[in-house]
Amino acid sequence: MFLSQTDKHLSLWLRLCTLISATILALIIMFLLAESWPLLKHGVLTQFISDESWHPAQRLYNILPMLSATLLSTLGALTLATPLGIASAMFNRYYAPSFLASGYRRIIELMAGIPSVVYGLWGLTTLAPVINLWHPPGVSLLCAILVLAMMILPTIALTADSALGAIPVVFHQTAAALALSRWGTIRHVLLPLAKSSIGAGIMLATGRAIGETMAVLMVAGNVVQQPDSLFDSVRTLTANIALEMAYAMGDHRAALFVSGLALMLMIILLAGLAEINKRSS
Amino acid sequence: MKKSAFIILFVLSAAVWAYFTLTAPARQKLVLTGSSTVAPLAAEIGRLFESQYPGVRIDVQTGGSSRGVKDARMELADIGMASRTLKATESDLLSFTIALDGISIILNRDNPITALNKQQIIDIYTGKIVNWQAVGGSKAPITVVNKAEGHSTLELFLHYLGLKNTQVKPQVVIGDNQQGIKTVAGNINAIGYVSIGAAEYEAMHGTAIKLLPLNGIPASVKNVQNQSFPLSRPLNLITKKQPTGIIKAFIDFARSPEVNPIIEAQYFVPVAN
Amino acid sequence: MLKNRLATLLIWLSVILISAVFVVLVLDLVRHGWAELSLAYLVDAPLDAGRGGGIGPIMVSTGLILALTISVAAPLSLATAVFLTEFSSKNSVFSGIIKRSLDVLASVPSIVFGLFGNAFFCVYLGLGFSILSGGLTLACMVLPILIRTFSEGLRAAPDEYRLAAAALGLNRAAALRHFLLPTATPALIAGLMLAIGRAIAETAALIFTSGYVDRMPDSLMDSGRALSIHIYDLSMNVAGGDSHANSAALILISLLFMINTLSSKLAYHWMHKRITCL
Repeated sequence: MFLSQTDKHLSLWLRLCTLISATILALIIMFLLAESWPLLKHGVLTQFISDESWHPAQRLYNILPMLSATLLSTLGALTLATPLGIASAMFNRYYAPSFLASGYRRIIELMAGIPSVVYGLWGLTTLAPVINLWHPPGVSLLCAILVLAMMILPTIALTADSALGAIPVVFHQTAAALALSRWGTIRHVLLPLAKSSIGAGIMLATGRAIGETMAVLMVAGNVVQQPDSLFDSVRTLTANIALEMAYAMGDHRAALFVSGLALMLMIILLAGLAEINKRSS
Repeated sequence: MKKSAFIILFVLSAAVWAYFTLTAPARQKLVLTGSSTVAPLAAEIGRLFESQYPGVRIDVQTGGSSRGVKDARMELADIGMASRTLKATESDLLSFTIALDGISIILNRDNPITALNKQQIIDIYTGKIVNWQAVGGSKAPITVVNKAEGHSTLELFLHYLGLKNTQVKPQVVIGDNQQGIKTVAGNINAIGYVSIGAAEYEAMHGTAIKLLPLNGIPASVKNVQNQSFPLSRPLNLITKKQPTGIIKAFIDFARSPEVNPIIEAQYFVPVAN
Repeated sequence: MLKNRLATLLIWLSVILISAVFVVLVLDLVRHGWAELSLAYLVDAPLDAGRGGGIGPIMVSTGLILALTISVAAPLSLATAVFLTEFSSKNSVFSGIIKRSLDVLASVPSIVFGLFGNAFFCVYLGLGFSILSGGLTLACMVLPILIRTFSEGLRAAPDEYRLAAAALGLNRAAALRHFLLPTATPALIAGLMLAIGRAIAETAALIFTSGYVDRMPDSLMDSGRALSIHIYDLSMNVAGGDSHANSAALILISLLFMINTLSSKLAYHWMHKRITCL
């Protein structure tokens, strides 16, 4: 491309800034590696999956139960939040009278903004006692799933909402001309059109659920174990870091940075999935 | 119009920046790190100290006792905070007790149990007893609440019971005191252990918990004070070297009767008289 | 027909469920936190470990952290967004790698940013627990959000503008300044607000970077407690801190509400102006 002298300077500066932005991810991975090196250099990666438990003071570092807790709570939250989120978006676009739609969108936006500490506090003092009446101990995988679902619902709802909004009006007109019912139009015309954008929103929400820390720390119960049921208490990778980081020293601290690396790995896999979703559409 | 708005915004933010970086008085900073139990107390003492020594700023960062010890040893902090006595391996450090605290077993207020002996507590925490019925309570599964590793409350409690953390079979693991109190208050079958000060404060202000006696001695700040309560601990400030100058001034201040009202307001037991 | 009715019913039910949960949550907060709210609460210093007094210094620390975050992240993001949309071809390997890395960065958990900030800014660069460390950590965190919204804003500018600018003999810098950036302003503002909203609610990334000190900061090198950390500490570590935790949460949510309102108003305003100008 042709660039004038001014543009060349500008381009150089922009390139520099872009490099800085891109370096951050590399820096993060580098520092996670460097800080977990004291443990990794012994070369026994297997101990993170084969030790009998997570008791860093006794040098036992099995992170598998926390990995599965992170996966289970994320999956659970997605199963709840995805239909509810898409339903919210459809409500806004096709079902609500206009005054309700804008009000409801406001609610969703606010829900997106409520800090995780507040969700956690509410889950611990309101939700957990209710679950406890049903099946102790209350703070559990189920409680974490419910709170997480509330937290990621707005992400799914808002992205689905804008995806549906971006559909050209001609499709509505065609569907109307074909005398399709409202649900038929949505199900067979509009949803397929918005599928990949909605998928991207779900990926975004998945990232948020995997990374959520404070709320989960407050409501999941934090026992490091493979849950047998929804009512068992679990500890996620993120909660593990937040719970022990302030106290951790030496190898224990390094083990927490390994938890961080495991999280990064999950996120990178997720980004790969998102990429496939984008390509296939 | 738009441009001028941006310029104004820029100048304003530059001014704020300059104010905070240039006009900052060269106050001497004293950094304290460590125990989350001691941190709120140290911060309050620091506030009073600052009012008497305007040239000093007291920075309190929370962590755990072991972190306080380590930071003091590596001199990352001027003073470490620990809610326990120093271990044999830490004899290279100096500790200064500023207050006393105890650890109390807490149950939900509506739990009919009024006392447990030491063996029963051990059996509950190691998972040998899993139902309240076995200790004379109602027929309901016990929810055992344990602390996360690294807290000195956990170390002291396990030391008292003669257990290792790997033997404990918890249903819930908590971080700080209030999380334990909230968990027990919201679960009628839960058992936990927290700082007596915090528990007594919450119980007196209507939170649905109660403190269990140990060896027949009621868990209360008063019994920690007269040293009859078996599970009590000192709250310590820790330094590497014999303190001098402003560090010495702060430690002396924290151990003077002047701070007793602050210590009592945080529901701990003063040591100075 | 039955399916149609069923779908309508289900959609209304889920909307009612979500709204009910939201209302219960907010009412709980208001019920527990309302009593402590006053103007004095906003400006006073916390007393008695946060059980008494207000949140004045905490508001200042939060504001400083936010200002720092935005003043570092916004220029960097704008430059990156301009480069990616205007100065690099779509198929360039360089920009492809950068886009992927930003996509990953966008979903890095905040606690990992906390770990990184602690290791890099606090320890490696020696900034310690300080507002500076916290602000820079958050800047890294909001960077991908800003770049994404900024790029979308720029990309939304019609190609006619670029062609017209080229036809007028303007260089790209001038085209940016006079056509593209003004067009993208609503998106830029919306992105900024989104980033501020994300940053103001952050806890996990700040615990290990900006620290715990609830005193008025003297400089950016001082540790300062952010509002969300204050809420966490009051509810998890201070006996009797609940009502103040709820008040602080109420204030945080009102702030977010104001930011949301402002951003949609601003976006509308700019959009309106642009349309009437053209």
